[in-house]
Amino acid sequence: MDDIDEIVQEFLVESHENLDQLDRDLVALEREPESRDLLGSIFRTIHTIKGTSGFLAFGRLESVTHVGENLLARLRDGKMSMSPQTTDVLLAMVDAVRDLLAAIEQTGAEGDTDVSGVVARITAILDGKAPEPVTEVEAGVVAGLLPEPPVEVAPAPATPAPVAAPVAQAAPEPVAEHEEHGHRRTVAESSIRVDVDLLDTLMRLVGELVLTRNQVVRQAGDLQDVDLMRSSQRLNLIASELQEGVMKTRMQPIDNLWSKLPRVVRDLGANCGKQVSLTMVGKETELDRTLLEAVKDPLTHLVRNGVDHGLESPEERVAAGKPAEGVLTLRAYHQGGQVVVEVSDDGAGIDSEKVAAKAVERGLRTQAQIAQMSPTDILQLIFVAGFSTAAAVTNVSGRGVGMDVVKTNIEGIGGTIEVESVVGRGTTCRLRIPLTLAIVPALTVECAGDRYAIPQVSLLELVSLDADRAANAVEDINGASVYRLRGTLLPLVRLAEVLGVESDRSDGHVVIAVLQAEGKRFGLVIDRVLSTEEIVVKPLGSQMKAIGTYSGATILGDGRVALILDVQALARRVLNADALDQDDSDDHDSRAAAAESLRLLVAGLGGGRKVAIPLSSVTRLENFDQSAVERIGNREVVQYRGGILPVVRLNSYYGAISDREGDELVVVIYTVGDRSVAIAVDEIVDIVDEDTEFHAEVTDHGVLGSTLVRDRIVEVLDVRAAILSADPTFYTASDEYGAELQETM
Amino acid sequence: MSTRLVTFTLDGRLFGVEVNAVQEVLRGQPQTRIPLAPESVSGLINLRGQVLSAVELRARLGLPDRDADQEPMLVVVRVAGETIALLVDSIGAVMDVDDDQFELPPDTLSGPSREFLHGAYKLDSQLLLALDVDRAVAA
Repeated sequence: MDDIDEIVQEFLVESHENLDQLDRDLVALEREPESRDLLGSIFRTIHTIKGTSGFLAFGRLESVTHVGENLLARLRDGKMSMSPQTTDVLLAMVDAVRDLLAAIEQTGAEGDTDVSGVVARITAILDGKAPEPVTEVEAGVVAGLLPEPPVEVAPAPATPAPVAAPVAQAAPEPVAEHEEHGHRRTVAESSIRVDVDLLDTLMRLVGELVLTRNQVVRQAGDLQDVDLMRSSQRLNLIASELQEGVMKTRMQPIDNLWSKLPRVVRDLGANCGKQVSLTMVGKETELDRTLLEAVKDPLTHLVRNGVDHGLESPEERVAAGKPAEGVLTLRAYHQGGQVVVEVSDDGAGIDSEKVAAKAVERGLRTQAQIAQMSPTDILQLIFVAGFSTAAAVTNVSGRGVGMDVVKTNIEGIGGTIEVESVVGRGTTCRLRIPLTLAIVPALTVECAGDRYAIPQVSLLELVSLDADRAANAVEDINGASVYRLRGTLLPLVRLAEVLGVESDRSDGHVVIAVLQAEGKRFGLVIDRVLSTEEIVVKPLGSQMKAIGTYSGATILGDGRVALILDVQALARRVLNADALDQDDSDDHDSRAAAAESLRLLVAGLGGGRKVAIPLSSVTRLENFDQSAVERIGNREVVQYRGGILPVVRLNSYYGAISDREGDELVVVIYTVGDRSVAIAVDEIVDIVDEDTEFHAEVTDHGVLGSTLVRDRIVEVLDVRAAILSADPTFYTASDEYGAELQETM
Repeated sequence: MSTRLVTFTLDGRLFGVEVNAVQEVLRGQPQTRIPLAPESVSGLINLRGQVLSAVELRARLGLPDRDADQEPMLVVVRVAGETIALLVDSIGAVMDVDDDQFELPPDTLSGPSREFLHGAYKLDSQLLLALDVDRAVAA
């Protein structure tokens, strides 16, 4: 099947459907030989096949259909009338066409199917000669194809009634899949059309089966009966496979949706006076049909938006040095258990400053909030309700669905949407959609005696801390809990607090589910982790949707209901913009960081002395054991991640005496390029935003200046000088001090 | 014209909902509480694989809480395409009531009980309060 290209494939599917219709028409025609409608319909069908076969250079197919068409034309125009003989030859012609199509399907070429007999017979009738006795050669071949002849055919004993059962083709793709297994079936046989309701019912039943399986597996685990265990494992496997199979039946290529878009784009382009070419990549990407249905409107809206607002007029494009014709690209692909659909245009792009101005004007964000946001975050504001960038509402977009509705719709099906844009280069909207809605893998956790499910999609990892470690590792920054996850600060959210319930964990253990939502990471503190299982998502009633913390409910193995946490909503609810641990937090480009307000890490030294280190210099926070500190010559070093780090003890650097007892060394890892240094302090006190200038009048050895943090004077560490004291070769580049200073800020 | 109502009691009062709206009546089921939910939504119930919200009618109608030892009964109703379980004290008979027994709630009645009632049917022994289910379960 690989060697047949798509056009031929489509031609085959279409022709098979047409032929089935043709058979019915021909038989009906015999009953009402005068029916112009039937003759016209038959003529059109044959004419279509003839046209396409000529185009695809299937000569024999063309010759058969050509004579058939001639005969039909005469019948249609009343120059000849139907007789059993003409019906016979016409049916014979249909059979010949079928044979040819079968040959084409198998080999990609017409093969050596002989059609001359049929052509001769038709020609004979056309010439007014008596037909040859009916001896059909092709009949046998055809017989195998057809299940049963539900309509009787009176004459033509040798011709099997080629009346199709209501069997037709769904999409060409599944067919191709079957063919790849080497087991060749005809296009018509290998796919059937099934009522969508039936599939939905099956899916629901499989959902119930999965639930019951979960119950059985759990109970079998409790009983410890070996045989039962074995059967339950078998049940487990079968249910999983069945679930996968049924889910596949509901998958449809995204092309089913996309195929309508070229027309939309063409009409829209003509309407707006824009030249648009639409390219589509990844048409074959498959998606659950309910999801396909759900993304239809948002996707159409994005495409309309792209043409209407995204692309510029031809004149503007030419003036900007771009080709007059704009390109709209649709791309779909699978990524990490999700389907990603992108709608990109190469238009003018979205100016984040304009978006910001608009957001302030509309009162959606304050100027201060905007100042805290990165340009990417600002762009996402176009999805906020009440925001519309179009200066004028045109009759194309700006009607009905706004971008906020697009976002709501996509999030409603557990997806996400983000926008990227480069001014002058274009805009990309990226939708991430789960493969299916009905059954999702999830982690079940316990909080305050209740169980909750967290979809695995949002889960990055689990961290469990015993009481001792938790006491050290979970720190409090100005009222907000953080955990140092491999040295990076992770904001913590206590589920019990969010839900307003009383945690029943009193032994000091801390269990953290590290979650990701909207590109931000945070740790959700829960009481216990129970298990991972596939859960069937059940919708919640309308009262519960308003709460916004739950995306649905599910029934667990023991029959009890558990709520599914909506991680996205949770993130939005509990994390304010500046507490977010951005994914790019260890971005070493400190220039970008310096442009925003300066963040300082405040560390405590001996004698109550506090020193601030610009956070942009800090890559990680670590704890080392004192014994890990080794000596090279008179310098202290530690081994860290396969490298050797020089240790700067700020206490001795400043001539202070450490108040810290115990064997642990709290260090701040600072990295430039591929070199790092460990700055040892007594404790990490706080992280503060400091947008004032340094009060640099009072300076001292190793101090860059001083600043006010919560009304206390804190010295700002001259990182460079401190490092040089430990490792004079740290900065290999012999650039100016000032430039380097800039770098460390 | 007569109407057929499924009756139930709440805090000693007799209420009724139209029989067509009622899917079934069952005994108390284990509930999963929903933190942050409105007070009147007391939890979620697994009804043969379907997840239903349970609405505590006492809370909804501003009546005092049920005694802790009293097990609630469930009246499962279909409202606007959604299936919801109403928590009530006990289930009464299915009654046919005449429209001429009906009267709008008295003007002195105010608060949630007026809002959620169609009115009252004057039975011989007591009043049967007709619950407006649509409103009573609306968020």
